[in-house]
Amino acid sequence: MMIKKNFFFRGYRSIFTHDSPAIALTCCFIAIGALFKNLGFNIQESIFSTVLTYALPGSLVMAESMLIGASLLNIFLAVWIVNARLYPMAVSLFPLMMHKSQPKWKYYFSCHFIAISAWLIMKSNYKNIPKKHRIDYWIGIGSATVSVSVIGTFLGFSFSEHLNKDVMLGLAILNPVYFLCMMIGASKTIPVTLSVLFGTILGPIIFLLSPEWSILIAGIIGGTLAYLVGEHSVS
Amino acid sequence: MSANIVYAILVTSLATFLSRFLGALTSEGIKETSKLFKWFNCLAYATLAALIARTIIFPAGVLVDASYYSRSIVVFLSLFVFFISKKNFVYPTIFSAICMAIINNYI
Repeated sequence: MMIKKNFFFRGYRSIFTHDSPAIALTCCFIAIGALFKNLGFNIQESIFSTVLTYALPGSLVMAESMLIGASLLNIFLAVWIVNARLYPMAVSLFPLMMHKSQPKWKYYFSCHFIAISAWLIMKSNYKNIPKKHRIDYWIGIGSATVSVSVIGTFLGFSFSEHLNKDVMLGLAILNPVYFLCMMIGASKTIPVTLSVLFGTILGPIIFLLSPEWSILIAGIIGGTLAYLVGEHSVS
Repeated sequence: MSANIVYAILVTSLATFLSRFLGALTSEGIKETSKLFKWFNCLAYATLAALIARTIIFPAGVLVDASYYSRSIVVFLSLFVFFISKKNFVYPTIFSAICMAIINNYI
């Protein structure tokens, strides 16, 4: 079964809405494009990296590891740890899109699009899409966010010499601010609100004890606490 | 393309795809109404919130050049803009970049 075009394009157009992540995504990939150029990547390698990895923290870890001359195994482990958050993100999204009439390849292929921006767009819009066609809508969102990321990488690579420290700082703060606002905007139920609150508090605290594992540990403890409180408040 | 860079990109993408693919595989047996799904939903939101908070408080990369106070002021002012703009996502985002450049230069 092929992809339903109207749902695909509906997903693709989600990047052009008034509250779209396009600006934040483009800006952070401009910063990544400039970083890649400074690391000695050429334009093909930079775009290749954005398309294949499509996860900002992972790309940053790769860049830092390459700067200190880390081995491939070290790069693999460091990236795997920092991007392990994609696992709960996938498990909390794909059951919303699973439909027995859809071929499995669509799910295995489109899991590549899981990243904070596409994930939050899907989470806030999935109820408006019939379950059977959610996967096509999701592929549309993912294709749009990857396209924007590629454009950002290209711009950052091309104009890296014009990006002074102030511009780079502005680009760097913009991304967490956008996602923080999006997370607050998504906090509409008790469990989600508490998850965001506990994660925000625990993330930096646990970082002081274990920098590598802080995000995962904070996510597990904060998420579990929020889940238990949410279940208790329902019962 | 230089071989080292290509290998690093391939290893990075493999490490990233692994979590995504395992998540997609696991999802096949999970119903959206189940407790397990709700728990994973909380884990995902808490993990993302932890990542964002850590990026702001203990940043890596360029943000290290901005002091803790300037980062905090920018975030609080941006959240203020977010709430007075009736939770619009774009205004606080653009505001944060401009505000950071101003604070870092003049304050």
